[in-house]
Amino acid sequence: MSKNKSEYLINRNNNQYEVVIGLEVHAQVTSESKLFSTSATKFGAEPNTQVSLVDAAFPGMLPVINEYCVKQAIKTGIGLKAKINNRSVFDRKNYFYADLPQGYQISQFKDPIVGEGKVILDMPDGQKEVGIERLHLEQDAGKSIHDLDPKNTFVDLNRSGVALMEIVSKPDLRSPDEVNAYIKKLRSIMRYLGTCDGNMQEGSLRADVNVSVRKKGSKDFGTRCEIKNVNSIKFMQMAIEYEANRQVDLIEDGQTIDQETRLFDTKKNETRSMRSKEDAHDYRYFPDPDLLPLEVSDDFIEKLKSEIPELPDEKKKRFIEKFKLSPYEANILVSDIETSNYFENVIKKSDVKLATNWIIGELFAALNEKNLEITESPISAGNLSKLINLIKDGTISGKIAKTVFEQMMEGDKDPKKIVEEKGLKQESDPKALEALIDKVIDDNRDKATEYKSGKVKLFGFFVGQVMKVSGGKANPQLVNEILKKKL
Amino acid sequence: MSDITKQALSELVENIKSKKLSSSEVTKAFVERSEKSKYLNAYITEDYANALNKAKKFDEKPNLDLKLPGIPMAVKDLFCTRDLRTTAGSKILNNFVPTYESTVTQNIWNEGGILMGKLNCDEFAMGSSNETSFFGNVQNPIDKNLVPGGSSGGSSCAVAAQLTPITIGTDTGGSIRQPASFTGTVGLKPTYGSCSRYGIVAFASSLDQAGPMAQNVKDCALLQEVISTYDEKDSTSTDFKRNEYSKELKKDIKGKKIGIPKEYRVDGMPKEIEDLWKKGIEYAKDCGAEIIDISLPHTNYALPTYYIVAPAEASSNLARYDGVKYGFRAEGENLIDMYENTRSEGFGAEVQRRIMIGTYVLSSGYYDAYYLKAQKVRKLIKNDFDNAYKKVDAILTPSTPSSAFKIGEKTNDPVSMYLNDIFTVPVNLAGLPGISIPAGHDTRGYPLGLQIIGKAFDEQNILNIAYAMEEKINFKNNITDWWIK
Repeated sequence: MSKNKSEYLINRNNNQYEVVIGLEVHAQVTSESKLFSTSATKFGAEPNTQVSLVDAAFPGMLPVINEYCVKQAIKTGIGLKAKINNRSVFDRKNYFYADLPQGYQISQFKDPIVGEGKVILDMPDGQKEVGIERLHLEQDAGKSIHDLDPKNTFVDLNRSGVALMEIVSKPDLRSPDEVNAYIKKLRSIMRYLGTCDGNMQEGSLRADVNVSVRKKGSKDFGTRCEIKNVNSIKFMQMAIEYEANRQVDLIEDGQTIDQETRLFDTKKNETRSMRSKEDAHDYRYFPDPDLLPLEVSDDFIEKLKSEIPELPDEKKKRFIEKFKLSPYEANILVSDIETSNYFENVIKKSDVKLATNWIIGELFAALNEKNLEITESPISAGNLSKLINLIKDGTISGKIAKTVFEQMMEGDKDPKKIVEEKGLKQESDPKALEALIDKVIDDNRDKATEYKSGKVKLFGFFVGQVMKVSGGKANPQLVNEILKKKL
Repeated sequence: MSDITKQALSELVENIKSKKLSSSEVTKAFVERSEKSKYLNAYITEDYANALNKAKKFDEKPNLDLKLPGIPMAVKDLFCTRDLRTTAGSKILNNFVPTYESTVTQNIWNEGGILMGKLNCDEFAMGSSNETSFFGNVQNPIDKNLVPGGSSGGSSCAVAAQLTPITIGTDTGGSIRQPASFTGTVGLKPTYGSCSRYGIVAFASSLDQAGPMAQNVKDCALLQEVISTYDEKDSTSTDFKRNEYSKELKKDIKGKKIGIPKEYRVDGMPKEIEDLWKKGIEYAKDCGAEIIDISLPHTNYALPTYYIVAPAEASSNLARYDGVKYGFRAEGENLIDMYENTRSEGFGAEVQRRIMIGTYVLSSGYYDAYYLKAQKVRKLIKNDFDNAYKKVDAILTPSTPSSAFKIGEKTNDPVSMYLNDIFTVPVNLAGLPGISIPAGHDTRGYPLGLQIIGKAFDEQNILNIAYAMEEKINFKNNITDWWIK
């Protein structure tokens, strides 16, 4: 039995295995131009339209570091509460491939720009800290396209030279759920910082997943396998489950695990060997002689620190302290910069408690149903704020508000106008309500007599009748008060 | 005006500025002499028609304020030239025409220079005799079947034979100074970071440096003034205050301290080199310089260090020549097959040898023992020079351990070929400027050179010393035009 809800163990023949996971996340730096050239980086451009002589490795072409990308990497490092290195070195990682024009990738091997840091995960059974080993800058490769021609491979160099941050975690993750939370948190931090858009469909975020298993309680790590280039959280989770079980089966079968690089086949839901340790490339890393070591001063780093916006952890703390939100509510609202911006815009002019409930409840459900992001919400923060105020000041009831909300989802309409046009305003005039109630009591004399003789349950019947006659617009609170008096 | 091609650059500039000569006349003279000198095989690609057109255009609207007004010039085929084939002396770039211009050549054209063609060189600048060129051997105009040195062999030949009034080469381990020494010409390897490497086909990025090759020191100073600029496109380019080297050139070197490193007296050094060096010391004294014995203790390790660092970088720099994007491609069954065929057929033996060495020394398990160790020794070699420069202003050595050798004499003995660079490689490893000036002849009448090594970014000082000594030496080259029938 697991003692924690999120503990993930594999049971075989009375043995319990723990899964140890470390991730190497490749995050594309949000930048107009590439890491060492001035070519554009737009996604989805025609093949080979964003390629400079440097990207295509023409003779005599030289890399020149893009300062903006350096700033982005440092900002990300700050967001990961990591040590920023004043001196880092670009190395060449040498290997031959058709979509690697230089015959080497410029990366950082021994001296990365960012050192150790951490990420805090909010798991159902509490917080978990995941260590960051390092973050380094490197170039992306181009793309080989094998299926356009029976004989030839086509190469698109648009991605060649695009800046990536490789963020290496410590082997601190223990379950597919933690991996899910880790990727989401990393993505959230980078989106707050504007350093990576985190768009996994466009390949802006992908990961190599290192998986090993060990008997529960063991301190030693098992032999790990690296699953290359997985591009969705779901696939990462599936790959880990498959791979961990495969390793456990091998151990239980008395076999050993080979350290190797594997691929995840998303169609068959299995990992397959790509190359063994013996076949591993010898990348012949050495410092790139075309580039001087990258030196950043403390002042430079301090200036970037001053530009860092409030990040999810800090925002969550503020939401709890200032707005009295529950940790659960705060977590949901800060998980994404766009959501928290939306929330803060709504509460500028309306009640926090109501806003929280409406956003987390009605709005999220409606967006989910239509498969929309918060940025695509048909209801603007301003109009949601107006709707909440209509509820708060008693103009409409919560029930009517749901009707108005539904109409607002059809297009960003002003809730006041909807209420006016459809005559949905709540009836709160005591005289009008009295008249209405008198009529209902009059029409149901027999029931009124029964009520008076002690059948108090009938009170609900009268409220229902009043609401029905008023077309749902009667102020329920006032109806209650007046009814009690009249009956 | 007869014998235009016998005039040195400075004379030609003066004659064009004073309108005694037109650019067309000068260009025509050098084109004609180049055409008569095909036997030397100095050119890989000729661009004479364009050169004559450009000269005509220049004459129509001459800008005489430029530093190289309408001066024709052929350059080493390692510099990328827009719309003109650039081969680096290799089959693998046999068909490569750049759409861009190197910074160094662009600087020359900006000052009025006119491109005549591309000069032969060792393949990817790897060689000391120009014999590794895919485009054949170059003859030294000094004597038949004599190598012109390398890798800038076409350049040294063209200057010595007066096919071009001046030229540029590149120097990774001696590739400007050694051929200058072999042909009785002047060659300057500037401080690393002085001339932009943008657009120069890379051999070893941390060592490569472009520089001028000329008939005299003054011309060399003028061209250095033109080509040396800070360039943001080269991250290793240094932004320092550059002199107007030719204007500030002076012969007064009284009181300059010149160091003589004892470690350069290598075993088996021919007596004529020893004698030349002694004579050089006397010339320097005659000029008023003070001679001081110094020690550069790690000199012995320079050559092995160089032959680890340079091939390591080259093995990576040359990975881009894979048949995928441009240049020569040999077909193959699959990608790996195509790579192997392309690189086996496209690269010559010496280039392949250095790629193998470089790949080896960077391999895991060997990296620390070779590459890392070499980098440490490189630092020690640089420290040697730093220490020496606490005592002296410049250092005087022979340029090469011998005079020019015969074509084919050393092709089967790479180590003996590598030994040619013994006096020049330490300068590249330390990133310092060095100049070779002709200083005498051996018993066969072949030229011998002396090298003056300076402090970083102190080109002016070594140019001044060279200028002063040049006058005392009063060297005369024996060019008999034997190749012209």
